[in-house]
Amino acid sequence: MQNDVVLKMRGIVKQFPGTRALDHVDFTLRKGEIHALMGENGAGKSTLIKVLTGVYGKDAGSIWIEGGGDEAHIHSPQDAQNIGISTVYQEITLCPNLTVAENMFIGRTSGSVVHWKDYEKRADELLKNLGIPARAKQELSRCSLAVQQMVAIARAVDMKCKVLILDEPTSSLDDKEVAMLFGLMRDLKARGVGIVFVTHFLEQVYEVSDRITVLRNGQLVGEFTTEELPQVELVAKMMGKDLNDLADFEAVGEKSTGANEVVYEASGLSSSECRPYDFNIRRGEVNGFTGLLGSGRSESVRAIFGADRVTGGKVRIKGKDVKITNPHEAMKNGIGYLPEDRKRDGIIADLSVRENIILALQVMKGFFHPMSKAQMTQFADEYIKALKIKTASQDTPIKSLSGGNQQKVILARWLLTHPDYLILDEPTRGIDVGTKLEIQKLVLKLAEENMSVTFISSEIEEMLRTCSRLIVMRDRKIVGELKGEQLTQSTVMKTIAGGEQ
Amino acid sequence: MNLKKKLGSGLGQLLIPLIALAILLLFNLFRDPGFFSIRIAVNNAGNRVLTGNLISIIDLASELAIIAMGMTLVTAACGGQDISVGAVGAISGAVFVKMVQNFGGLNAGTFVLALLLAILVTILFKMFNGSLVAVFKIQPMIATLILYSCGRSIAYWINGDATPQLTSPILTAIGMTIPGIPVPTPIFLVLIVGILLALVFKFTNISLYTQSVGINQGAARLNGINPIAIKLLSFALLGVCVSVSSLIGISRLGQLNHKTLLVDIEMDAILAVAIGGNSLGGGKFKLSGSILGAYIIQMLTTTLYAMKVSPENVKAYKAIVIIIIVVAGSPVVKEKLTTLWKRLRSGAAARKEAA
Repeated sequence: MQNDVVLKMRGIVKQFPGTRALDHVDFTLRKGEIHALMGENGAGKSTLIKVLTGVYGKDAGSIWIEGGGDEAHIHSPQDAQNIGISTVYQEITLCPNLTVAENMFIGRTSGSVVHWKDYEKRADELLKNLGIPARAKQELSRCSLAVQQMVAIARAVDMKCKVLILDEPTSSLDDKEVAMLFGLMRDLKARGVGIVFVTHFLEQVYEVSDRITVLRNGQLVGEFTTEELPQVELVAKMMGKDLNDLADFEAVGEKSTGANEVVYEASGLSSSECRPYDFNIRRGEVNGFTGLLGSGRSESVRAIFGADRVTGGKVRIKGKDVKITNPHEAMKNGIGYLPEDRKRDGIIADLSVRENIILALQVMKGFFHPMSKAQMTQFADEYIKALKIKTASQDTPIKSLSGGNQQKVILARWLLTHPDYLILDEPTRGIDVGTKLEIQKLVLKLAEENMSVTFISSEIEEMLRTCSRLIVMRDRKIVGELKGEQLTQSTVMKTIAGGEQ
Repeated sequence: MNLKKKLGSGLGQLLIPLIALAILLLFNLFRDPGFFSIRIAVNNAGNRVLTGNLISIIDLASELAIIAMGMTLVTAACGGQDISVGAVGAISGAVFVKMVQNFGGLNAGTFVLALLLAILVTILFKMFNGSLVAVFKIQPMIATLILYSCGRSIAYWINGDATPQLTSPILTAIGMTIPGIPVPTPIFLVLIVGILLALVFKFTNISLYTQSVGINQGAARLNGINPIAIKLLSFALLGVCVSVSSLIGISRLGQLNHKTLLVDIEMDAILAVAIGGNSLGGGKFKLSGSILGAYIIQMLTTTLYAMKVSPENVKAYKAIVIIIIVVAGSPVVKEKLTTLWKRLRSGAAARKEAA
């Protein structure tokens, strides 16, 4: 057994300013296995891989690789490659305008004169060998994404790699292409390559992997063989729950929103990023989209707000047909949206807290109706007090506030527009516990005041505490809708994991 | 305390250019106090006018100051610069001259009509640039490179003449002085453009929108702002500025020289924006900084000429001083200076306590 081990990482620590991204993590990879590395966002998967491939230096711990002597010293991606660790990233990092053979051998040719004919022959042999449907002289951009991914893998394999890391290789492939890729992975496995497979798709993990290592918050949860770990337990482990503790979780009292009128109703709504789905919300209702990261929950709510290109569907607001194709139209129809990625989509970093608070309201008032400074100051003051935003002054740039306070500013921005329907995508991510509770309480208070709210969070307790209805998504599809007595942690997780109902 | 606060927020960006301007003034004061003398003289047209280095600095910087204002808006919204302003200025001038010739002479009516048409054509050219930037997401410098290289040829085609002459009391009044007013007219034109822009800022949200788009386009869009419209608008306003500057240039000489009108002004305009403490990467901006930048550049040129530096060498000296100003205003040096300042203050406080 021990002889099979091709890679061993022990007690890996990686410290970033303010957070410990990896806290004494162990990882073991054996010859000829496909080993899935699982964890929610921020669990430390990509950090671990970056340490392994030399992108980051480690602060403590050690790495052994088969045939590499006592301890491997990996200080750069080049080092990693030299000792047999190859990586294929999510985005294809080849040159689309070169041929397949050139892509496979570029940077690895010896001597000053390159005999491309020979290399093309070698490339063709390798492609045939691995069953990859591409020809050496073909321009890479003419291959499908899946084949491009496979060429990247072929390049890695030809470098005599012992460890092959596939970081989200399937995220942009369709089902047929995924099947093709899995065929290649099984083939390599049979040849004795150890494969680390990082993905968000649970079903794919169960389809190809032999073993699963789960990380959570930078710590190792454990290593399991795939057969012995039911899907629902995997979900529980990724979310940091013990299934045995879940039985006695209190259910939330059903809120009586059933009689209220429907505020927003969509049928067959789809965007460039999400498949068609039906959805509605009533006045004073709090509902939520849940599912693992990448399950399509954010993409779905973005379609409601017109944040991505809307491609179809009928939308009715308070019974009237409306068309929402961009954020401005959504805002005019009384919808507010707090985006998932606060830094990228929420804050205007260099502008002041005041300007960040009044922005959406100002846009709704119109280009030719600027608010007076006094009015802005009054609004900002009101919400800084109401939401207890900690800031030196209104003029402070929002970027110098803490994450939680930045989030409150964005929340204030949308509350100020007095929307009928507010979408909050991960409003509690990356902020302190106190603020998280404040935001949850605020959501319930808003619902009491007849606002409709869609609340998304990676933490299931938060959603159970606030939502009266949960829409469950898996692999970009709605797979269930839970309400009333179904709103328990174990039901939610079972629905997310699927298969076990 | 209040003053300090103001220094901290409002003036912060203008601090370096103001210091640069003060140093230039002091330098001239020690070098030759006569530099500042202002006299009344009679010019070629027989008008009594104020003359002196300071007047000519403010006068000669007018075209640059006006274009720098427009350039600031484009920079803030698009995070890049328009390098075709000089060439498009020549086109604007050519359209103006052509129209005047078609109308058969200059009077108040034909002047206004020709100017409006020139502005319209210039806006169209700038919208062409703007749509390349906003819709096709081409880098501003590349998007404007086309007109930079062919704009002056287009100007030539419009008139089919290298240097059409235009003489009229109206142009003299614009390029030099209005009879009875001893201050050069271009100075007033800077004021007028500045006030007009200030009014636009006051009665629309252009400033907030432009900064939002420049800082975080994606977030701006999710707040209902249309980034494409804002970028196009910034180019359109720059077009107006270019046309006005072009008119001043033609009026000064009484002729249109399509090769030399506003030549090299694009680089000076970008410099003025940078010297004014505005980020060339877009986002927050201050028009006053860019205007100040324009006057600093002109003061530098005039100072060097007053020191009898030969025209061939002026550019080299100018480059050295500008590098110093830009480096002094860079974030790295600013941060160093701030920490040094804090350490000095805490040191002084500690000594006070010890005493």
